[in-house]
Amino acid sequence: MLLRDVPAPIGGWRTAVVAGVAHPAPDAVALRLDVADRVVHLPGQHYVVRLRADDGYVASRSYSVASAPADPQVELYVDRFPDGEVSTYLADVVEVGDSLEVRGPIGGWFVWDGTTLALAIGGGSGVVPLVSMLRHATGAGAMDLLRLAVSARSAEVLPYATELVAAGSLVAVTRDPGESVPPPARPVGRLTAADLAPLVMPGATSFVCGSARFAEAVSGLLVGLGVEPSTVRVERFGPSG
Amino acid sequence: MSGFTRGFLGRRRSTDPRLPPGQYDAGDDWPVLTAEVTPGIRPQEWTMTVDGIVETPTTWSWDEAHTLPASEYHGDIHCVTTWSKLGTSFGGVSVDVLLDAAKPRPEATHVMASSSTGYTTNLPLDDVRGGKAWVVWTHEGRSLPTEHGGPVRLLVPHLYFWKSAKWVSRLTLMDHDEPGFWERNGYHDHGDPWTEQRYQGD
Repeated sequence: MLLRDVPAPIGGWRTAVVAGVAHPAPDAVALRLDVADRVVHLPGQHYVVRLRADDGYVASRSYSVASAPADPQVELYVDRFPDGEVSTYLADVVEVGDSLEVRGPIGGWFVWDGTTLALAIGGGSGVVPLVSMLRHATGAGAMDLLRLAVSARSAEVLPYATELVAAGSLVAVTRDPGESVPPPARPVGRLTAADLAPLVMPGATSFVCGSARFAEAVSGLLVGLGVEPSTVRVERFGPSG
Repeated sequence: MSGFTRGFLGRRRSTDPRLPPGQYDAGDDWPVLTAEVTPGIRPQEWTMTVDGIVETPTTWSWDEAHTLPASEYHGDIHCVTTWSKLGTSFGGVSVDVLLDAAKPRPEATHVMASSSTGYTTNLPLDDVRGGKAWVVWTHEGRSLPTEHGGPVRLLVPHLYFWKSAKWVSRLTLMDHDEPGFWERNGYHDHGDPWTEQRYQGD
């Protein structure tokens, strides 16, 4: 890990008004938020959402931002876990016009400002911060700096699949090739060293985001391909209800 | 914003006094959260050093560390991402033992913990002495798994768990405070879960 300071914006608690609710994948919700007095994020950063019951009980969780910094709204993508108290509320109850307490942006490590070479690899909902990177790069005309590889159980459950495919991302489908999208360009299975080798660039920072198992496997593949470990930035997460 | 969230009832209210505010009981789960590539450190290559503002900078090998008086922690750990793991245990050596050997000078006020990956985290000296901190190599009686910081991690269970540096290899005594890795990247300098010192400004 390189120990250099990464100047990243940090925002405090804000009131957000829900401007859009979409369900881009089964068991998921994307919330479009108008954030009062918003601090503009960098791709890769996250927000905390805090819910407050009328008896004062609170629950908060962190969610990656999918939108580009230039987007006037903040888009959060949330996996819905059946037993999750926050994700089920956000997926099932929230309506346009609701107010939410949010805090962000947060995080100064897993961030990309769109000016350096980057290889971004995400698994499942770990693609969400990569989508922010992609949207930022597209808007800034910097797609030549960004290479993408993503993985999901099926194309149907891959967040933002259409957008990622259109951007030229390598897409690995590990179980079900599905029927509602173009046929997979590679055999069904997890990302391999052969997948990643053509994407590795000297001087690039690698961003790996996904489950602990995914992040471990992919960062191991990168190091095996000769990528310097200190240039790999990892965001691991587990289910958060 | 002071009002409540429309339609939010909350499911996980716990009266367990071991849970700090805003935390939930992760049960048997132990999520892995790390910012860097997991290093493969062989125990025989690992060393632990206490240096900086001390009378006797000291380094222990794996074997030497295991000859120190064994110490265990039985209790809870709290991650800033809101999970807590209750009633768990770790084994290793008390940081007090390491400090007693290295002898911090009177002007030492803070500690920077460093890992072989380059990860750092800062702590007031008083938060790692007096039976509050350990260097541990077992979890619930088994070798500490690599993804959880094995072979050896720091354990400072009264603070959020990013202070318990994985793959720890060095404690450097300082006469001032300076931010470590997450502390430079938006997180709180101290990290007390009972007062929810999660992020800068809390």
